[in-house]
Amino acid sequence: MKLLADMRQSNTLDLQAVMDHLPYTRFMGIRVEQRGTEITTIMPFDDKLIGNTNLPAIHGGAIGSFLEITAVIQLLAETSIERFPKTVDISVDYLRSGKPVDTYGTAIVTRLGRRVANVRCELWQEERLKPIAASHGQFLL
Amino acid sequence: MFDGTPHELPPYAQAIGMEIVDVEGRVCLLKLPYREDLVGDPDTGVLHGGVITACLDNASGWAVRCHEEWDDGESMATLDIRIDYMRPALPQQEILIEAQCYKITKYIAFVRGVAFQSSKDDPVATSVAAFMIGTPNAQGANL
Repeated sequence: MKLLADMRQSNTLDLQAVMDHLPYTRFMGIRVEQRGTEITTIMPFDDKLIGNTNLPAIHGGAIGSFLEITAVIQLLAETSIERFPKTVDISVDYLRSGKPVDTYGTAIVTRLGRRVANVRCELWQEERLKPIAASHGQFLL
Repeated sequence: MFDGTPHELPPYAQAIGMEIVDVEGRVCLLKLPYREDLVGDPDTGVLHGGVITACLDNASGWAVRCHEEWDDGESMATLDIRIDYMRPALPQQEILIEAQCYKITKYIAFVRGVAFQSSKDDPVATSVAAFMIGTPNAQGANL
Protein backbone atom coordinates (compact mmCIF):
# COMPACT_ATOMS: atom_id res chain seq x y z
CA MET A 1 0.00 0.00 0.00
CA LYS A 2 1.46 3.30 -1.12
CA LEU A 3 0.51 5.28 1.99
CA LEU A 4 2.15 2.69 4.22
CA ALA A 5 5.29 2.54 2.06
CA ASP A 6 5.58 6.34 2.16
CA MET A 7 5.21 6.34 5.94
CA ARG A 8 7.90 3.68 6.29
CA GLN A 9 10.26 5.64 4.08
CA SER A 10 9.86 8.84 6.06
CA ASN A 11 9.69 6.90 9.34
CA THR A 12 6.38 8.51 10.26
CA LEU A 13 4.01 5.60 10.87
CA ASP A 14 0.64 7.05 11.86
CA LEU A 15 -1.75 4.19 12.59
CA GLN A 16 -4.79 6.45 12.85
CA ALA A 17 -4.00 7.94 9.44
CA VAL A 18 -3.79 4.39 8.03
CA MET A 19 -7.20 3.56 9.51
CA ASP A 20 -8.66 6.76 8.09
CA HIS A 21 -7.18 5.90 4.70
CA LEU A 22 -8.98 2.54 4.35
CA PRO A 23 -12.64 2.89 3.39
CA TYR A 24 -13.82 -0.04 5.54
CA THR A 25 -12.04 0.99 8.75
CA ARG A 26 -13.38 4.50 8.15
CA PHE A 27 -16.87 3.02 7.72
CA MET A 28 -16.43 1.21 11.04
CA GLY A 29 -15.11 4.39 12.69
CA ILE A 30 -12.02 2.59 14.05
CA ARG A 31 -9.71 4.64 16.27
CA VAL A 32 -6.23 3.82 17.50
CA GLU A 33 -4.58 4.98 20.70
CA GLN A 34 -0.89 4.39 21.13
CA ARG A 35 1.13 4.95 24.26
CA GLY A 36 4.68 3.82 23.71
CA THR A 37 4.49 0.23 22.54
CA GLU A 38 1.00 -0.27 23.95
CA ILE A 39 -1.86 0.01 21.48
CA THR A 40 -5.57 0.10 22.16
CA THR A 41 -8.00 -0.02 19.27
CA ILE A 42 -11.46 1.46 19.65
CA MET A 43 -14.69 0.64 17.84
CA PRO A 44 -17.06 3.45 18.89
CA PHE A 45 -20.62 2.26 19.27
CA ASP A 46 -22.94 3.04 16.39
CA ASP A 47 -26.49 1.85 15.70
CA LYS A 48 -25.39 0.21 12.47
CA LEU A 49 -23.22 -2.26 14.45
CA ILE A 50 -26.27 -3.91 16.04
CA GLY A 51 -26.92 -7.59 15.41
CA ASN A 52 -29.58 -8.34 17.98
CA THR A 53 -32.16 -5.57 18.10
CA ASN A 54 -33.94 -7.05 21.14
CA LEU A 55 -31.12 -6.99 23.68
CA PRO A 56 -29.59 -4.94 21.95
CA ALA A 57 -26.17 -6.44 21.16
CA ILE A 58 -23.40 -5.79 18.65
CA HIS A 59 -23.31 -8.09 15.61
CA GLY A 60 -20.83 -10.98 15.77
CA GLY A 61 -19.64 -10.03 12.30
CA ALA A 62 -18.72 -6.52 13.42
CA ILE A 63 -16.87 -8.00 16.41
CA GLY A 64 -15.05 -10.48 14.15
CA SER A 65 -13.89 -7.77 11.77
CA PHE A 66 -12.80 -5.54 14.63
CA LEU A 67 -10.64 -8.39 15.98
CA GLU A 68 -9.05 -8.79 12.57
CA ILE A 69 -8.41 -5.05 12.31
CA THR A 70 -6.87 -5.04 15.81
CA ALA A 71 -4.48 -7.86 14.85
CA VAL A 72 -3.38 -6.08 11.67
CA ILE A 73 -2.76 -2.79 13.50
CA GLN A 74 -0.51 -4.59 15.98
CA LEU A 75 1.45 -6.16 13.12
CA LEU A 76 1.87 -2.79 11.40
CA ALA A 77 3.25 -1.39 14.66
CA GLU A 78 5.62 -4.27 15.42
CA THR A 79 7.08 -4.86 11.97
CA SER A 80 8.30 -2.68 9.14
CA ILE A 81 6.10 -4.27 6.46
CA GLU A 82 5.00 -2.04 3.61
CA ARG A 83 2.18 -4.29 2.45
CA PHE A 84 -0.87 -5.04 4.50
CA PRO A 85 -0.74 -8.48 6.17
CA LYS A 86 -3.19 -10.94 4.64
CA THR A 87 -5.32 -12.99 6.99
CA VAL A 88 -4.73 -16.70 6.42
CA ASP A 89 -7.17 -17.81 9.08
CA ILE A 90 -8.80 -16.50 12.22
CA SER A 91 -10.69 -18.21 15.05
CA VAL A 92 -13.06 -16.07 17.04
CA ASP A 93 -14.51 -16.99 20.45
CA TYR A 94 -17.51 -14.95 21.50
CA LEU A 95 -17.40 -14.73 25.28
CA ARG A 96 -20.11 -12.23 26.20
CA SER A 97 -22.68 -10.32 24.23
CA GLY A 98 -21.42 -6.97 22.97
CA LYS A 99 -23.36 -4.22 24.67
CA PRO A 100 -24.31 -1.09 22.77
CA VAL A 101 -21.27 0.82 24.03
CA ASP A 102 -17.71 1.44 22.77
CA THR A 103 -15.51 -1.64 22.36
CA TYR A 104 -11.75 -1.73 22.98
CA GLY A 105 -9.19 -4.10 21.56
CA THR A 106 -5.67 -5.23 22.24
CA ALA A 107 -3.38 -7.68 20.47
CA ILE A 108 -0.24 -9.69 21.10
CA VAL A 109 1.99 -11.00 18.34
CA THR A 110 2.59 -14.48 19.71
CA ARG A 111 5.10 -15.41 17.07
CA LEU A 112 6.61 -13.36 14.31
CA GLY A 113 8.06 -15.53 11.58
CA ARG A 114 9.59 -14.47 8.30
CA ARG A 115 6.42 -15.10 6.33
CA VAL A 116 3.67 -15.74 8.83
CA ALA A 117 2.73 -14.14 12.13
CA ASN A 118 0.47 -15.56 14.82
CA VAL A 119 -1.59 -12.92 16.61
CA ARG A 120 -3.95 -13.13 19.58
CA CYS A 121 -6.51 -10.44 20.33
CA GLU A 122 -8.98 -9.63 23.04
CA LEU A 123 -11.91 -7.21 23.08
CA TRP A 124 -13.58 -5.70 26.09
CA GLN A 125 -16.04 -2.98 26.93
CA GLU A 126 -16.57 -1.52 30.37
CA GLU A 127 -14.37 -3.98 32.24
CA ARG A 128 -10.94 -4.96 31.00
CA LEU A 129 -11.11 -8.28 32.87
CA LYS A 130 -14.41 -9.26 31.30
CA PRO A 131 -13.51 -9.76 27.64
CA ILE A 132 -16.40 -9.99 25.18
CA ALA A 133 -14.42 -11.78 22.47
CA ALA A 134 -11.01 -13.28 21.76
CA SER A 135 -9.28 -14.45 18.62
CA HIS A 136 -6.14 -16.07 17.32
CA GLY A 137 -5.09 -16.06 13.74
CA GLN A 138 -2.31 -16.47 11.21
CA PHE A 139 -1.33 -13.59 8.97
CA LEU A 140 0.82 -13.68 5.86
CA LEU A 141 3.37 -10.87 5.91
CA MET B 1 -25.07 -13.01 16.76
CA PHE B 2 -28.38 -11.48 15.90
CA ASP B 3 -32.07 -11.50 16.38
CA GLY B 4 -35.13 -9.69 15.18
CA THR B 5 -37.82 -10.65 12.72
CA PRO B 6 -36.76 -13.75 10.83
CA HIS B 7 -37.29 -12.22 7.41
CA GLU B 8 -35.22 -9.16 7.93
CA LEU B 9 -31.46 -9.19 8.21
CA PRO B 10 -30.00 -7.52 11.33
CA PRO B 11 -28.93 -3.85 11.17
CA TYR B 12 -25.22 -4.56 10.69
CA ALA B 13 -25.87 -6.95 7.80
CA GLN B 14 -28.09 -4.31 6.22
CA ALA B 15 -25.48 -1.63 6.85
CA ILE B 16 -22.92 -3.50 4.76
CA GLY B 17 -25.58 -4.21 2.14
CA MET B 18 -26.16 -7.95 2.51
CA GLU B 19 -29.20 -9.45 0.81
CA ILE B 20 -30.91 -12.82 0.99
CA VAL B 21 -30.81 -14.57 -2.38
CA ASP B 22 -32.34 -17.96 -1.69
CA VAL B 23 -33.16 -20.45 1.04
CA GLU B 24 -33.50 -24.09 0.17
CA GLY B 25 -33.81 -26.67 2.92
CA ARG B 26 -30.89 -26.21 5.30
CA VAL B 27 -28.85 -24.19 2.84
CA CYS B 28 -29.16 -20.46 2.46
CA LEU B 29 -27.53 -18.16 -0.04
CA LEU B 30 -26.86 -14.50 0.63
CA LYS B 31 -25.00 -11.92 -1.37
CA LEU B 32 -22.96 -8.82 -0.77
CA PRO B 33 -22.88 -6.36 -3.66
CA TYR B 34 -19.50 -4.65 -4.15
CA ARG B 35 -19.26 -1.30 -2.42
CA GLU B 36 -16.44 1.25 -2.41
CA ASP B 37 -16.83 2.02 1.29
CA LEU B 38 -16.09 -1.62 2.24
CA VAL B 39 -12.70 -1.66 0.54
CA GLY B 40 -9.66 -2.65 2.59
CA ASP B 41 -6.95 -1.62 0.14
CA PRO B 42 -7.64 1.60 -1.77
CA ASP B 43 -4.75 0.84 -4.16
CA THR B 44 -6.41 -2.33 -5.46
CA GLY B 45 -10.09 -1.92 -4.55
CA VAL B 46 -10.13 -5.32 -2.81
CA LEU B 47 -12.76 -5.62 -0.06
CA HIS B 48 -11.54 -5.71 3.53
CA GLY B 49 -11.13 -9.20 4.99
CA GLY B 50 -13.28 -8.12 7.92
CA VAL B 51 -16.21 -7.69 5.56
CA ILE B 52 -15.91 -11.34 4.53
CA THR B 53 -15.78 -12.31 8.22
CA ALA B 54 -18.96 -10.34 8.86
CA CYS B 55 -20.70 -11.93 5.86
CA LEU B 56 -19.82 -15.48 6.89
CA ASP B 57 -20.89 -14.88 10.49
CA ASN B 58 -24.16 -13.38 9.36
CA ALA B 59 -24.96 -15.99 6.72
CA SER B 60 -24.14 -18.74 9.25
CA GLY B 61 -26.58 -17.29 11.74
CA TRP B 62 -29.16 -17.06 9.00
CA ALA B 63 -28.68 -20.73 8.18
CA VAL B 64 -29.57 -21.65 11.76
CA ARG B 65 -32.80 -19.68 11.44
CA CYS B 66 -33.60 -21.48 8.21
CA HIS B 67 -33.18 -24.96 9.72
CA GLU B 68 -36.52 -26.80 9.98
CA GLU B 69 -35.96 -27.51 13.69
CA TRP B 70 -35.42 -23.86 14.50
CA ASP B 71 -38.14 -22.37 16.69
CA ASP B 72 -38.83 -18.78 15.65
CA GLY B 73 -39.35 -17.68 19.23
CA GLU B 74 -35.80 -18.72 20.14
CA SER B 75 -32.77 -16.50 20.37
CA MET B 76 -29.20 -17.34 19.54
CA ALA B 77 -25.64 -16.07 19.66
CA THR B 78 -22.41 -17.04 17.89
CA LEU B 79 -20.18 -19.13 20.16
CA ASP B 80 -17.25 -19.30 17.81
CA ILE B 81 -16.33 -19.09 14.17
CA ARG B 82 -13.17 -20.10 12.35
CA ILE B 83 -12.51 -18.59 8.95
CA ASP B 84 -9.94 -19.61 6.33
CA TYR B 85 -9.12 -17.09 3.63
CA MET B 86 -8.16 -18.63 0.30
CA ARG B 87 -7.87 -15.58 -1.93
CA PRO B 88 -8.77 -11.90 -2.05
CA ALA B 89 -12.23 -11.10 -3.42
CA LEU B 90 -12.02 -9.61 -6.92
CA PRO B 91 -12.96 -5.93 -6.94
CA GLN B 92 -16.19 -4.71 -8.54
CA GLN B 93 -17.83 -8.14 -8.18
CA GLU B 94 -20.47 -9.22 -5.72
CA ILE B 95 -19.72 -11.93 -3.16
CA LEU B 96 -22.03 -14.87 -2.65
CA ILE B 97 -22.14 -16.56 0.74
CA GLU B 98 -23.64 -19.99 1.15
CA ALA B 99 -24.17 -21.41 4.62
CA GLN B 100 -25.51 -24.74 5.78
CA CYS B 101 -26.70 -25.60 9.26
CA TYR B 102 -25.93 -29.30 9.24
CA LYS B 103 -26.86 -30.09 12.83
CA ILE B 104 -28.98 -28.61 15.58
CA THR B 105 -29.04 -30.01 19.11
CA LYS B 106 -31.01 -28.67 22.04
CA TYR B 107 -28.50 -25.93 22.78
CA ILE B 108 -26.04 -25.81 19.89
CA ALA B 109 -26.20 -25.39 16.12
CA PHE B 110 -23.31 -26.28 13.80
CA VAL B 111 -22.84 -24.41 10.55
CA ARG B 112 -20.38 -24.34 7.66
CA GLY B 113 -20.12 -21.57 5.15
CA VAL B 114 -18.35 -20.58 1.98
CA ALA B 115 -17.85 -17.16 0.39
CA PHE B 116 -17.21 -17.17 -3.36
CA GLN B 117 -17.65 -15.14 -6.50
CA SER B 118 -18.06 -16.93 -9.81
CA SER B 119 -17.68 -20.51 -8.62
CA LYS B 120 -17.97 -22.35 -5.33
CA ASP B 121 -14.92 -24.37 -6.44
CA ASP B 122 -12.80 -21.24 -6.18
CA PRO B 123 -13.76 -19.96 -2.72
CA VAL B 124 -12.72 -16.62 -1.27
CA ALA B 125 -13.11 -17.99 2.26
CA THR B 126 -14.69 -20.84 4.18
CA SER B 127 -15.94 -21.04 7.75
CA VAL B 128 -17.17 -23.33 10.48
CA ALA B 129 -19.19 -21.94 13.35
CA ALA B 130 -21.12 -23.01 16.44
CA PHE B 131 -24.12 -21.11 17.76
CA MET B 132 -25.70 -21.21 21.19
CA ILE B 133 -29.47 -21.51 21.13
CA GLY B 134 -31.78 -20.12 23.79
CA THR B 135 -29.55 -17.31 24.98
CA PRO B 136 -31.15 -14.61 27.16
CA ASN B 137 -32.95 -12.24 24.86
CA ALA B 138 -35.10 -9.99 27.04
CA GLN B 139 -34.39 -6.34 26.47
CA GLY B 140 -31.45 -5.29 28.63
CA ALA B 141 -30.65 -8.87 29.72
CA ASN B 142 -27.03 -8.30 28.71
CA LEU B 143 -26.55 -4.96 30.44
